Amino acid sequence: MRAFSYEKVKNPAGAAARAAEVANAKFVAGGTNLLDLMKLEIETPLHLIDVNGLGLDRIEGTDDGGLRIGTLVRNTALAADERVKRDYPVLTRALMAGASGQLRNKATTGGNLLQRTRCPYFYDTAMACNKRKPGSGCAAQAPGAFSRQLGVVGVSEACIATHPSDMAVAMRALDAVVETVMPEGETRAIPLADFHLLPGHTPEVETALKPGELITAVTLPAPVGGHQSYTKVRDRSSYAFALVSVALIRQPDGSGAVALGGVAPKPWRNAAADKLLPEGAKAVMAELMKDARPTEQNRYKIKLAERTLASALNEAKG
Amino acid sequence: MDFNTAAETNIFDRPKILGKAVPRRDGPLKTTGRAPYAYERHDVAEGQLVGYPLGSAIAKGRILSMDTEAARAAPGVRAIVTTLDMEAMPVPSEMHTAHLFGGDKVEHYHQAIAVVVAETFEQARAATALIKVEYDADEGAEFDLLAAYEKMKDTPVDPEVSKGDFETAFANAAHRIDRTYVTTPQNHAQMEPQATVAAWDENGNVTLWTSNQMIQWAKKAVAKTFEMDVEKVRVDSPYVGGGFGNKLFIRSDVVLAALGAKAAGQPVKLAMPRPFVMNNTTHRAGTVQRIRIGTDAQGKIVALAHEGTSNTLPGGSGEDATNQSQHFYAADTLLIATRLAEMHLPEANAMRAPGEASGLMGLEMAMDEMAEELGMDPVQFRLVNDTDTSPATGKKFSDRNFARCLTEGAERFGWENRNTTPGSRREGDWLIGHGVAGAFRPSPATTSGARVRLQADGRIIVETDMTDIGTGSYTIIAQTVAEAMGMDIEDVEVRLGDSAFPVSSGSGGQFGAVSSTAGAYAACTALRREVARRIGHNDADGLSFARGNVTAGAKETPLVDIAPEGEIVAEDKVKFGSFRKDRMVATFAAHFVEVGVNAWTGEVRVRRMLGVCDAGRIMNPTTALSQVIGGMVMGVGAALSEEIAVDTAKGVFINHDLANYEVPVHADIPEQEVVFLDTLDPVSGPLKSKGVGELGLCGVAGAVANAVYNATGVRAREYPITLDKLLDGLPEV
Repeated sequence: MRAFSYEKVKNPAGAAARAAEVANAKFVAGGTNLLDLMKLEIETPLHLIDVNGLGLDRIEGTDDGGLRIGTLVRNTALAADERVKRDYPVLTRALMAGASGQLRNKATTGGNLLQRTRCPYFYDTAMACNKRKPGSGCAAQAPGAFSRQLGVVGVSEACIATHPSDMAVAMRALDAVVETVMPEGETRAIPLADFHLLPGHTPEVETALKPGELITAVTLPAPVGGHQSYTKVRDRSSYAFALVSVALIRQPDGSGAVALGGVAPKPWRNAAADKLLPEGAKAVMAELMKDARPTEQNRYKIKLAERTLASALNEAKG
Repeated sequence: MDFNTAAETNIFDRPKILGKAVPRRDGPLKTTGRAPYAYERHDVAEGQLVGYPLGSAIAKGRILSMDTEAARAAPGVRAIVTTLDMEAMPVPSEMHTAHLFGGDKVEHYHQAIAVVVAETFEQARAATALIKVEYDADEGAEFDLLAAYEKMKDTPVDPEVSKGDFETAFANAAHRIDRTYVTTPQNHAQMEPQATVAAWDENGNVTLWTSNQMIQWAKKAVAKTFEMDVEKVRVDSPYVGGGFGNKLFIRSDVVLAALGAKAAGQPVKLAMPRPFVMNNTTHRAGTVQRIRIGTDAQGKIVALAHEGTSNTLPGGSGEDATNQSQHFYAADTLLIATRLAEMHLPEANAMRAPGEASGLMGLEMAMDEMAEELGMDPVQFRLVNDTDTSPATGKKFSDRNFARCLTEGAERFGWENRNTTPGSRREGDWLIGHGVAGAFRPSPATTSGARVRLQADGRIIVETDMTDIGTGSYTIIAQTVAEAMGMDIEDVEVRLGDSAFPVSSGSGGQFGAVSSTAGAYAACTALRREVARRIGHNDADGLSFARGNVTAGAKETPLVDIAPEGEIVAEDKVKFGSFRKDRMVATFAAHFVEVGVNAWTGEVRVRRMLGVCDAGRIMNPTTALSQVIGGMVMGVGAALSEEIAVDTAKGVFINHDLANYEVPVHADIPEQEVVFLDTLDPVSGPLKSKGVGELGLCGVAGAVANAVYNATGVRAREYPITLDKLLDGLPEV
């Protein structure tokens, strides 16, 4: 770990301003991912801005009947919120499928969206990784690489890492919007669909956030009802990242929304696939996976995703 | 004490304490943080600095240069030692393969190439990252066991065992199978990483407070590595946070801490980071196992061939998956052969039940496939091929109750109610299957010494360099001594793990419990003699030790009155005579498993487990149970998730942390039932007990694999059986 300086900030715009003016600064909230990465020198900020004192830790109703989730709401608190459990059960289920109890107690809503990939080549600083060291190559796609858990769609020659979040997959199915504040104090709202970027030639650029920009909240639109489920498939029952996960919202008329985790650099959903939901898992997955470029080791994820969605649809009909 | 003939009736046959479920002595210390592990020995040496290791970034090649200038200038740095500062240090023992430090040659990824010593851990770690290394990597080195196997499999090798004419018998067999099974490399993944505090004194003596299973081996290995007098080395390891074979031998933490301490002129402590544990230390090699079985029409095995291939560094011995196949089942003809695929992955070496754990993953699946080929119940097929002698050696088993394990297990498990048509029992989303496997593991014993010190207050202190690696050594040694001296167990204090104590068996190969308790008994026998002498008798025959008293005829003397002015010290060791080698002393088990396989996703979840074990006298049902259920957990991991994934071009175990190397979590493990048969093995040792620490793992993965097949009808022959290997055979959706 490199030596770093540290400060606590009092208001969101001030935090953003400090992040823009101090070289190589990063926000820290729960620290469940950033501190690990700093110890490994994968993240090497020179300055940490502790945002835990900003008070953005409430869940409140919005004017249009939705929910505003403060960026500092801990994963445990969010999952346990009565409104979330009642009106957005897919989100509670996704949160509870993630990490461990200890981690969920510390991890925040905004931090969860910003967590880095768990690609093993990203984690080993002796390996080439365009995300960690732009231009160094992608060891995960070199001959002999271990890629069984990596991405199959939305990936590029530069990077096949997946986004590890469960929470974000549910939020994507719920049409969540990320609210931010800029260093100059203005605010903006970014649909979660546009928040995470595909790697292309620049896998080191992972989100639409601008320098200094701070997430203040995530808003959910008014409840859409329907049958909601989160199906996470993994090699052991707990404390493992998804091989494939499916967030499903299915209305009685067969319409709905489906988002995938574990297969792409961001929660994977598109409108055309949603429209195909009444036709079943095969049609939906053909659309979601149409540009897939799997490796030999992770090709199974395409079939697994289809079967997982079929399972979720079967349960929804049940 | 010489153990030269089978034990007769002795004090352990009327036990008051031995065989009882005495709670682990170290349990409260560990659960309250009062059992200091090596890295926490803050009080043993003043002025401890902190070392941090640097590992090689290539698997094979040479180091051209190392630039330490920036690291030396970093805050708090007190010393840096690099591998280029010296010639390669001697390999620590004949049981090691890799060099631990020194020289420019890189043999494997994360070979230790430098240690940075600083005032704080953070300073040492940060400075280590500043060292710049220039490598000349060997291009084209291969690290793919399967590819190596394909190249070498058709080249004949001299068999290790050839009994009768296997080829003819196999060709003429009424029924036969020819299958190949694959196991991937595994890591021990014990919670406590390797860690050492090292301190030198002005006379060149070094003390190492470390985490090690075999104190005497460690002491000698340090002396050999540093080319110094063995008497100048002291090793101390009273608490070990798990070993599983990963701590049988000293590793680079010992060497780096000692080198760092010498360079800094102050004690140094060093713990391995987890990725370093995975790639710097040892692993269980991957194996490719070709197994051929031929039977007659009734299912008697007439031909058995087991050929095992495993990866190893040049000069190492890999993983011999074939051992159990020489002894376990009756076979008229045998062909046993092993091949070594030399490659520059990290050192392959012992992991819990080395050989059998992997070998039974192959053999017990093959037995299941053979039973199916025969249309026989797999329990019955194993019963038909039970034997009281090893087919390879012709030696009789000292005590073998494998058939009871099978039949009592089948009864208890409800085996007869299982579905016999694979893939045809479904409960909701889950396909349900049942599997059985046998288990075999030798139960060796080795010389072990102890010292007992009767105190003026009547208490006894036991000292031996035996280790307790979470197995229960403290507890069963206390039970043995309390039993032998007729005392309350609370009056027995056990001190372990210090090389200043008498040399013991150490912990490994499931020989520790049998050997070290016998060693403690030997010392007690010497003490009983000395007590007898003090009360005017020539020997202890005819004396009775009970309730803290020694009784001679009508005269009862409290032990507290025996040495009022000081202590009486007695020391002895047990030596196991060659008669023991005239028999096969081994442990047996049958494992029964029920799994559910998700019909949509292929996820496997174990629902029920039963192990029935035959291991002689069970010295402590609590600690023995812990050993077996822990082994069963490890077996579930081996069957379903544990694989240190090899980047076959770079020679790196790439999933090198506990997030990506997936050992089972609590949610993976259902109710585990364990039954110990009430057997005694007088050939094994004076306590008539055998080891269980490795038995609990053996065969478990095979039972899980066979249950998965029974559930799905998909026979996955490559472990771990992850869902991607099942998907294509699951019901259409």
